[in-house]
Amino acid sequence: MNSLRGRLFVVLVAATGLIWLCGIVWISIGAKAELEHVLDTRIQEAARMVISLVGTGGAGAIAEAPGNAVGGASGGVKYERQLSCQIWALDGHLVARSGGAPDVLLSDRASGFSDRMINGEMWRVYSIESAAKGVRVMIGDRLGQRNQLVVDLAKGLMVPALLMVPALGVLIWVSVGRGLRPLVRTAGELRAREVDDMSPVDARGAPSEMRPLLEALNALFDKVEEARRVEREVTAFAAHELRTPLAGLKTQAQIAKASTDPAVRQGALDQILFSVDRTARLVRQLLALAKLDSGQQPDGDEEVCVGGVLSEVVDASHPAAVRVELDPALEDLTVRSNREILRVVLRNLHENAVQHSPEGGTVSWRLAPDGRSVVLEDEGSGIPAEELPLVFQRFYRGRHRAPTGCGLGLAIVETAARRTGASLVLENREDRSGLRAVIRLKPV
Amino acid sequence: MRILVVEDDQVLSDGLKVGLGLAGMTVDMVGTRAEACAAVAATSFDVVVLDLMLPDGSGLDVLREIRAAGNRTPVLLLTALDEVVDRVKGLDAGADDYLGKPFDLGELAARVRAVGRRGFGRAASRLAAAGVVLDPSSLSAAVDSEPVTLSRREFAVLALLMERPGQVRSKGEIEDRLYGWQEEVESNTVEVHIHNLRAKVGRERIETVRGVGYRMRGDS
Repeated sequence: MNSLRGRLFVVLVAATGLIWLCGIVWISIGAKAELEHVLDTRIQEAARMVISLVGTGGAGAIAEAPGNAVGGASGGVKYERQLSCQIWALDGHLVARSGGAPDVLLSDRASGFSDRMINGEMWRVYSIESAAKGVRVMIGDRLGQRNQLVVDLAKGLMVPALLMVPALGVLIWVSVGRGLRPLVRTAGELRAREVDDMSPVDARGAPSEMRPLLEALNALFDKVEEARRVEREVTAFAAHELRTPLAGLKTQAQIAKASTDPAVRQGALDQILFSVDRTARLVRQLLALAKLDSGQQPDGDEEVCVGGVLSEVVDASHPAAVRVELDPALEDLTVRSNREILRVVLRNLHENAVQHSPEGGTVSWRLAPDGRSVVLEDEGSGIPAEELPLVFQRFYRGRHRAPTGCGLGLAIVETAARRTGASLVLENREDRSGLRAVIRLKPV
Repeated sequence: MRILVVEDDQVLSDGLKVGLGLAGMTVDMVGTRAEACAAVAATSFDVVVLDLMLPDGSGLDVLREIRAAGNRTPVLLLTALDEVVDRVKGLDAGADDYLGKPFDLGELAARVRAVGRRGFGRAASRLAAAGVVLDPSSLSAAVDSEPVTLSRREFAVLALLMERPGQVRSKGEIEDRLYGWQEEVESNTVEVHIHNLRAKVGRERIETVRGVGYRMRGDS
């Protein structure tokens, strides 16, 4: 059952019913024991009374009136002829018996209580004997009638209980509904919200059981709001980074069209070519980032040779004025990663290093002493310490920006590295100016 | 007109320098917020074209800073953030106009001229004084309804003199209008331009105030 109200209702009704049932059983058992005790005492007293009434004349005095009813307690009509009485002479002949009493011996015991089956009925009998009077009195009680009494008692309890169950059910249903009202109210509040309303739900007035839920919900709202803020920022940056080159292209194209000076036209066309290359790279990087964000590629779970990927990256980059050193030890480094994502990491880091290198500088790729990390060092100007925590932000471009950069390279590297379970640390070199990137990869 | 362009994108700022130059304006370029504030404080520009997203801060900060310093130079915002709320924010921060990227070079030049002439307190796009009419949008000039051909620099000098007819303009002011920071100022160019202008529009219309500068003769 998926309704809290329904579930609570069933649990409460079942529990109440069970408790009532237990109560009835308990009362029945207790009543039966008490009843037996009371009725036993009664037949005992009746026997004593009868024997005290029998005259000293003994059996002969009563014998004159055979068939006389001696007694017989009767409650309502229903419990009539409950008790039977027999008076036996000590020599073994029946002196007298009450109306309805069987004529066979009620008990074979001379005195005390006994149970006996007579004519298919169980009897509870008390016998008492008087040697002086020469008689034995037996008072019997039908056990069937006793049980009927207990059953009637239990029935008397069951009927009002059964009648009350529906009333109780209605009461429980309504109460549970009222108890759950804060939940309904909060749900209504949430349903009525605007799409971008991320203000926290007021958890102070809520019942204590709901508060953890509302607090968790508010925490989620905060996270979503933060994510949306970042997304808005990224979108704004993306708009800026895409529209600015477009504005540049358009302006330069209009100059080329309007100017009659061949030098001005040539300059504008050169700028257009430069800008198209740059924008193409920007688009490629935005797509790479979108692909990483969407998680289309499977995360790193294949064995990749770092050296192989790295030499492909280096071969594809053809830096004219920068020397690239590749540690041969990297050829033997095999890691658990995704080949495509690893290529994105290495290519962006490599392009970054080459862009920031001075003419004639060296970009070197080495295997770290720990045998599982790759170290990249360039001879550029490094990153100012206060900018280091910011460089992974999308579109962040520091003061030492390369003219072709767009502030996405390191963001891509960081996202991609995270996807493959690799970690990336950037630090400025201590030995000389330049940046060191340490990529710690997942070993096989 | 002397324009300051605050834009960090190299291709666009180059395009603005050349493009606005073709429209007869003298353009200086800076790429950061700090440089922009320093430039506005140091030089008197007719219009500032300001990009909102700068590497070291927001163009709005530049705007607030120069307005807080009491500078009334007209500012045209140039930005990729063209949501209404951004435009409102920009105009409320003290901008005079707003243009979203990408834009048309001709429109930008027209808007620069428009905010510039409002800065001078004029509403008409044409400048007219002593029978000379200048049209900054087409860089054309006419003297007594006869078209006259002026070079870009001659036009700029004449426009400066005609913005406030009767008011003396020093040689330094004219040089500021003609040359950006990077350009080498030749020592006697102003004299050469004045000489050529007098030949084209009439000697009596441009007066020399000895030791101070030049002025356009008023209509009276």
